Amino acid sequence: MDEGLRSELSKQGIFTVKMQELLNWGYNSSRKNSIWPLQFGLACCAIEMIATSMARYDLARFGAEVFRPSPRQADLMIVAGTVTKKMAPQVVRLYNQMPEPKYVIAMGACAISGGPFKQGYNVLKGIDRFLPVDVHIPGCPPRPEALLHAFMTLQRKIDGDSLFGPDKPRHADESVPGEYPLPAFGEHDIEPPYNKAVWEPPVMARE
Amino acid sequence: MDYSPYTFLAVFFVVALVFALVPLAIARIWARKFSPAKPGPQKNAIYECGLEAKGQAPIQFKSEYYLYAIIFLVFDVEILFLLPFAVAFLQLPLGASIAMLVFVLLVVEGLVWAWMKGILDWK
Repeated sequence: MDEGLRSELSKQGIFTVKMQELLNWGYNSSRKNSIWPLQFGLACCAIEMIATSMARYDLARFGAEVFRPSPRQADLMIVAGTVTKKMAPQVVRLYNQMPEPKYVIAMGACAISGGPFKQGYNVLKGIDRFLPVDVHIPGCPPRPEALLHAFMTLQRKIDGDSLFGPDKPRHADESVPGEYPLPAFGEHDIEPPYNKAVWEPPVMARE
Repeated sequence: MDYSPYTFLAVFFVVALVFALVPLAIARIWARKFSPAKPGPQKNAIYECGLEAKGQAPIQFKSEYYLYAIIFLVFDVEILFLLPFAVAFLQLPLGASIAMLVFVLLVVEGLVWAWMKGILDWK
């Protein structure tokens, strides 16, 4: 339908919508208003996550209060805390076991980069080396308001998903694999040290 | 028009069937078109706490544990009644003490029986 006719009709009180837009709207708004996070905390950020879900900050206002103890029922993984190299395979396995579509919030300095333990021998320098993180929250630990903001950011991201066309989300593409490679303990480090599909080490440019 | 009073029942039945089946069909079509299934060995794993399952679920389990747990009940019930009995011992008449003695003997009889059957020997 031509845009001019559309605006002309809307002046007369007749609103038109494309079928694709309607489907997108229904699909996205039903998903974004009931995100079920995985009940899963790794360190002190988990305390802030718990506080966010409690009465004072009330994550239920965003439809995300149903923390699921099983990855089979969760949409969202909040990586709340330090991911050690021992924990990384478990985190990736849990992510692999979640049904599509799934999202990841990396909460706190440790989850996004290793944080204060970045120099530690056994701390992963950011979970985004293995998982496609949708929202990063800085802070040590981030306040509940920051987590709420991350939720709203994720909701906006979900709202932008389109079921049709070339920029459809990852889960709707049949060629994209549903499982990410699982790191294992190697001789010196976890193998592979990162997932090439989601992260590449920055290239140093010396002048 | 001549109609059977049961026509309504048939109509209701058909409507109810369609009402139930149409959403299921839409969900199936939607799933086929917009959410391709991506199964995998990890996604289909039985264990869902992040760890890998080790070994087999059907394992041999020694039945002695079960018998020990049952015999433990003798001591469990005994202590449950002996403690209040001991606390109130000085105020109790002779009849109560005899009743308690009979009770303890009855319970201990089970233990003696198990002992004589050789259940307490760990094989």
